[in-house]
Amino acid sequence: MSILVNKNSKIIVQGITGSEGGFHAAQCLEYGHNVVGGVTPGKGGQTALEGAVPVFNSCAEARRATGANVSLIFVPPPFAADAIMEAAAAGIELIVCITEGIPIAQMVEVKAFVQQTGSRFIGPNCPGILTPDEAKVGIMPGFIAQKGRVGVISKSGTLTYEAVHQLCAEGLGQSTCIGIGGDPIIGTSMKELLELFEADSETDAVVMIGEIGGSMEIEAAQFAKDHMSKPVIGFIAGQTAPPGRRMGHAGAIVSGADESAAAKKKLMAECGIHVVESPADIGRTVVKVCA
Amino acid sequence: MKIHEYQAMQLLKRYGVAIPAGITIDDPSQADAALDQLHAECAAEQFVIKAQVHAGGRGKGGGVKFSPDRASALANIETILGMTLVTHQTGAEGRLVKKVMVAQALDIKQELYAAITLDRTQSMDVFMVSTEGGMEIEEVARTSPEKIVREAIHPGFGLRLFQARALAQALGLEGTAAKQAVAMFQKLYKLYQELDCSIVEINPLIVTGQGDLVALDSKINLDDNALYLHPDLAAMRDLEEEDPAEVDAGKYDLNYIKLDGTVGCMVNGAGLAMATMDIIKQVGGSPANFLDVGGGANVETVKNGFRIILSDPNVKAVLINIFGGIVRCDRIANGIIEAVKDLDLNVPVVVRLAGTNADIAKELLANSGVAIISADSFEDAANKVVKAAQG
Repeated sequence: MSILVNKNSKIIVQGITGSEGGFHAAQCLEYGHNVVGGVTPGKGGQTALEGAVPVFNSCAEARRATGANVSLIFVPPPFAADAIMEAAAAGIELIVCITEGIPIAQMVEVKAFVQQTGSRFIGPNCPGILTPDEAKVGIMPGFIAQKGRVGVISKSGTLTYEAVHQLCAEGLGQSTCIGIGGDPIIGTSMKELLELFEADSETDAVVMIGEIGGSMEIEAAQFAKDHMSKPVIGFIAGQTAPPGRRMGHAGAIVSGADESAAAKKKLMAECGIHVVESPADIGRTVVKVCA
Repeated sequence: MKIHEYQAMQLLKRYGVAIPAGITIDDPSQADAALDQLHAECAAEQFVIKAQVHAGGRGKGGGVKFSPDRASALANIETILGMTLVTHQTGAEGRLVKKVMVAQALDIKQELYAAITLDRTQSMDVFMVSTEGGMEIEEVARTSPEKIVREAIHPGFGLRLFQARALAQALGLEGTAAKQAVAMFQKLYKLYQELDCSIVEINPLIVTGQGDLVALDSKINLDDNALYLHPDLAAMRDLEEEDPAEVDAGKYDLNYIKLDGTVGCMVNGAGLAMATMDIIKQVGGSPANFLDVGGGANVETVKNGFRIILSDPNVKAVLINIFGGIVRCDRIANGIIEAVKDLDLNVPVVVRLAGTNADIAKELLANSGVAIISADSFEDAANKVVKAAQG
């Protein structure tokens, strides 16, 4: 099963005629053979990825013509909020936005809009989703992952790769890996993904990688305590981060006492999460917990 | 982006929010004229002199002085302009005061608090008020959270009139002050929304002896992602308030934050960069910086990254931790080799490369003849660099 995406997903790429969009769309197509089209307003009727897929003027057109149920967005920041809303309005079931730098006020509007449509939205400012051997919807390097039964949820890109790398080194594959993004407003929270992994028959355990700022990890930990039978292994990056400084991600800033790495780890441990102290111990801890 | 108090006051004025009369100067020679002008404008006899730096806690640090007459105002301007102000937010080295705001002193009957910011848990903006003005709101939130009253603002509908009334009521305001509060709160939200602020904070919001509501001090931060929409606001950035190395890094799309340890770090990705700092600390070292070289790292960014890390004299060793996804490790390796050759490095460099083309990269480094300590894993790298830093 895996979650969110699999070999039957039909993916369109918004911004496929841009250099970044084109590059990653080609990688996704090569990985899962399930990119079915692209969207660039004004370029409908053309083709992209060396003639491999058609380009449409709108998401609605693309969906009608291809039956797409997933949209991957590489549109530049000034137009990205609109692109997300367009995908949601067209009835696309899963929207993944990679774009970094969308104004926060626009994301507040996007969040309210998407909630009304019933679409699921991941990101923005995230590496996307990878279900090993089935589908890649984003920019995660496919070759580092292998199929298996550990779910991975993370706020960050390369730290996700590090975790996946450690899992593979221990012989543990992944069911689905999701980068949810490091912005203050994101489409899908850690808690919502834990819910999906708990219900997924092909996932046995979940690695949850958070960071300083916000309270999403705590909300997820509470959920795990009350509703999960599967073990959750958690790490929080940023224990050495000074308060009040934004550490790269717009959301990674300690603005209250509960947002520090130490406070989050303590609360997570109290909820029964297997908290990893060293970022080098993620893989080993999963082995120990699942033994 | 942070802006100064005097700039925030200009924005409040633009939106019709009542503020005290004030003039900002950067040289004591302008003091007399400023005091004359304030006297002419509003018959001010008493003044407040306020240091303009991007840090809170100015009052406790001696950067805000009430001046009951002209002579003391002149003396306080003389003292504060050019002082090195140390507050809990500036660090021990403090901040040089280059500008002061000379403001009319008002008769304060009551000090309140008002702010608008994003509530991440609800994904909505929230308007907060408290009767505990003049204090740090974090302290109020900790000791008496019931004294902070919130109204969530739906993005589709904005701050509604009934919500503004409820906020005024929560502050216990009546009559003229209540009416002024409702109008002011709507103006503050308009400002917050139209200018893409990440926070608008009025602390204290005062009721004067005459019963009028005035924004006595304010803090406005702007959403960096939205600055492209507001070139006039982007121009308010004061680079002198920022760390020169951090400003320099920004020019090359590097995200650098200076810390006070001895192990320099260069990493791709914010999460992995934080985790790298964490593991350095866990194996007994201390990180000298946060540096995210981003997704488009190439020879130039690596070279500039090195230069910026090494501009910190505390750095005793450098750790490069790259997990190649889109970034190809062989490109990073070439950057490292060039940088080491060009920059005349005199500190040990530990390199850990994983992911795309890591094998090619390792071979490039091994055959380059440059003195680099190679590490196989994340943990191995941290141990090696901390040992190297301890020399």
